Amino acid sequence: MSGELRDGRIVIVGASLAGLRAAETLRDEGFAGSLTLVGDEPHPPYDRPPLSKQVLLGRVPATATGLPARRPVDAQWKLGVAATGVDGIGRRVFLANGEELPFDRLLIATGTRARPWPNPAEAALDGVFALRTSDDAAGLAERLDAGPRRVLVIGAGFTGSEIASACRERDIPVTVVERGPAPLVGALGGTLAAVAAEMHRRHGVDLRCGVQVTSLEGDGRLTGARLSDGSTVEADVAVVALGAVRNTEWLAESGLAAGPRGVTCDAGCRAFNMYGIVTDDVFVAGDVARFPHPLFGYQLLALEHWGNAVAQAEVAAHNMVSAGPFRRPHLAVPTFWSSQFGHNIKSVGVPTYSDQVVVAQGSLREARLVVVYGYKGRITAAVSVNRAKWLDYYQNLIETAAPFPPEPGAADRTAPMIPLPSDVPDPAVLSHGPTVALTGHLPDRRLTLVRHGG
Amino acid sequence: MAADTLFRRITDYASRPDPYPLYAELRESKVAPQDDGSYLVGTYHEITALLHDPRISSDRRHRSDPQEARLAGELAPSFIGVDDPEHDRLRRTAMRPFGPPHTPGRVDAMHGEIVRIADGLVAGLRDKQRIDVVDDFAYPLPVTVICRLLGVPQEDEPMFRGWSDAIVGGLDLNPDEDPTQRTQAATEARRAMGVYLGGLAEQRRGKPSDDLLSAFVNDQDPAGGLSQIELMVTSVLLLVAGHETTVNLITNGMLTLLRRPDQLDLLRREPALMPQAVEELLRFEPPVQMLPQRTPLVDVEVAGVTVPKGAPLVLVLASGSRDPRRFRDPDRFDPQRTDNQHLGFGSGVHSCFGAPLARLEAQIALTALLRDLDGLRLAEDPPPYRRSPVLRGPRHLVVEHDGLRA
Repeated sequence: MSGELRDGRIVIVGASLAGLRAAETLRDEGFAGSLTLVGDEPHPPYDRPPLSKQVLLGRVPATATGLPARRPVDAQWKLGVAATGVDGIGRRVFLANGEELPFDRLLIATGTRARPWPNPAEAALDGVFALRTSDDAAGLAERLDAGPRRVLVIGAGFTGSEIASACRERDIPVTVVERGPAPLVGALGGTLAAVAAEMHRRHGVDLRCGVQVTSLEGDGRLTGARLSDGSTVEADVAVVALGAVRNTEWLAESGLAAGPRGVTCDAGCRAFNMYGIVTDDVFVAGDVARFPHPLFGYQLLALEHWGNAVAQAEVAAHNMVSAGPFRRPHLAVPTFWSSQFGHNIKSVGVPTYSDQVVVAQGSLREARLVVVYGYKGRITAAVSVNRAKWLDYYQNLIETAAPFPPEPGAADRTAPMIPLPSDVPDPAVLSHGPTVALTGHLPDRRLTLVRHGG
Repeated sequence: MAADTLFRRITDYASRPDPYPLYAELRESKVAPQDDGSYLVGTYHEITALLHDPRISSDRRHRSDPQEARLAGELAPSFIGVDDPEHDRLRRTAMRPFGPPHTPGRVDAMHGEIVRIADGLVAGLRDKQRIDVVDDFAYPLPVTVICRLLGVPQEDEPMFRGWSDAIVGGLDLNPDEDPTQRTQAATEARRAMGVYLGGLAEQRRGKPSDDLLSAFVNDQDPAGGLSQIELMVTSVLLLVAGHETTVNLITNGMLTLLRRPDQLDLLRREPALMPQAVEELLRFEPPVQMLPQRTPLVDVEVAGVTVPKGAPLVLVLASGSRDPRRFRDPDRFDPQRTDNQHLGFGSGVHSCFGAPLARLEAQIALTALLRDLDGLRLAEDPPPYRRSPVLRGPRHLVVEHDGLRA
């Protein structure tokens, strides 16, 4: 095929999961040119899922979550230095230390960072944490080891819920404040959010929903927080778990279609420029990418999932060294999982792309169940609680656009299935983003609009 | 004419040494209805889909044939023979003392002991130039291991070997034969073995020791633990499944390697390849050839064929693991194969409970035999096979060797 694609200079900005897997895939596919990886953290690539679980439980030190190398990548590593810009015409990446890296092809894999507490003075109080990096996890784990009197978790998405779970497992009192009506509601909708709320309460979490933290209090050290309902919480540790911000600011002058929702790309991971024209030499992968998916109406998706980072990085890398007709689309069905309060939660598809749900297996009461999501009579997602081994079946139904609700007959579902509204809130009113984000518009909102127009 | 149907030819004892050409025939249609009303599936993707399909029951009591349903209902089925949520509760309870999340290190901790048992057995072969891999090694190894794990005195082994034979006999599939007698003998054996194991467990009540029977009667289980019947049925399952299959995995492994001296030499030179080689054996010559007890709870469409509610659905795992639409060059045994998501342990909620132990035992067993015995060669090929087309493996595997390595 095209020999020159196997040579030249490739720069990958972002030295985390997607960056590393892309580098490995480039070498696997025969890329023999020069490869440079840029990362703003000083650490070599590490794994994030354990940071909110085993690390906070004190079972694994934060420094021990390094990602295993699947093969040598023979790359130049520039760690501890941020990229500050891209010159798309001169094909150069600018670094914070003044260095310029020329490239023939560029992969953007800068991911996301924790959304900071909006008041910088309050955020600077001793005892206030975020949880995104290995350093964050090390600092927080140390505080949990010291035995705080109470931990305040702000935001009950997946990260906030896992932190609360780790605290309760260590018998640390914890208060969770969630702006939405229940934990996980932004990612999973109302039905499972109710199950999640029950999980929190049964494990002794002081869960407060429908309220916000208005201020963090303290004089140098955190002492507590004020809430929008006028109440206060006394706590010596607070974790801000308000979702993620995509690392795209450095691309402001790049001429690429980059903004707060990510860097928009085509199904083959090629970035669009600001005019909506696809580039040939700039690719995107991982949490920062915003891409169209045919199973979900070609809405642009931005996923904060481990599996997506890996799959998309592999497709991007393949396409970087392959000529047009040999390029592949990134069509993987999104999946993610979480472990909290002794429960395993696993998702396939996009639960927020839905207007209805049914309990297809098990029951809400047992908290061992499979919930199936549908949009306009088609299955679009399934989420299991302690029933992950059934999900392959539903993934196949999603991939084949099977009708919603699914056919009856499951061995562990004898009651009739009654579809309920999926009750997915508009992300705009949540204080943290769902981990499966439709960055266009919500399908059920569109449904409502059609009715009004008709 | 009827005697020629594919299912009859597969279950015919004459096919036992090499059923694979018949499986290739089976894969020509993704679903093969048989004249006895059963449906055979032998292609990888269809089998995996059915293993994850919640409308497919593992409980024979859902068979539409009233006689079959009645025979199945005579004794409480073990957790491999029931569906969620009952299956899930029983399996989780049995898993508590055996694996993650409550006992994650259990199997790993047995490594040293299994090595000692294997080394001891190999040392006993020193003075025998002709050995039977089955009787002298592949059978005693897993029996010793499962006895220690469950907490069964090994001197009782001859007693439960008889029961075990009858139980496995109940799994025989011969469409020409009335299964009543075999099924009743199997039921009798399960009952007797259950009473025996229940008695052993009872002796341990209040006297906890480090074995599963003791854990079943002494440990606090938030799911409520096992009733007396459940304890008996579960213990029988673990004892039988814990050795009947591993014998075949080890023996099939030795036979496969002895037929391929270059691969045998490779593994001898590079023992680190053994875990991968065992995975390939599970794909290439799996001990569990098929799952004969699946039944659709509603009419289920598989590759354009409607399998009716209550019909016997037989998933031929060994055929799926050699499906050329899934595996490149599937009839080649390649211990270095990396794309190897075989069906050797099934898949889905009933995927093999004892898989980590079976893997460990086979890896240690084959490593010990290859390392210690020089000039290994087959004395008889093909060897005589056991009856069962379900749990397939040689009854004897006579080999010769030039002695123990220094």
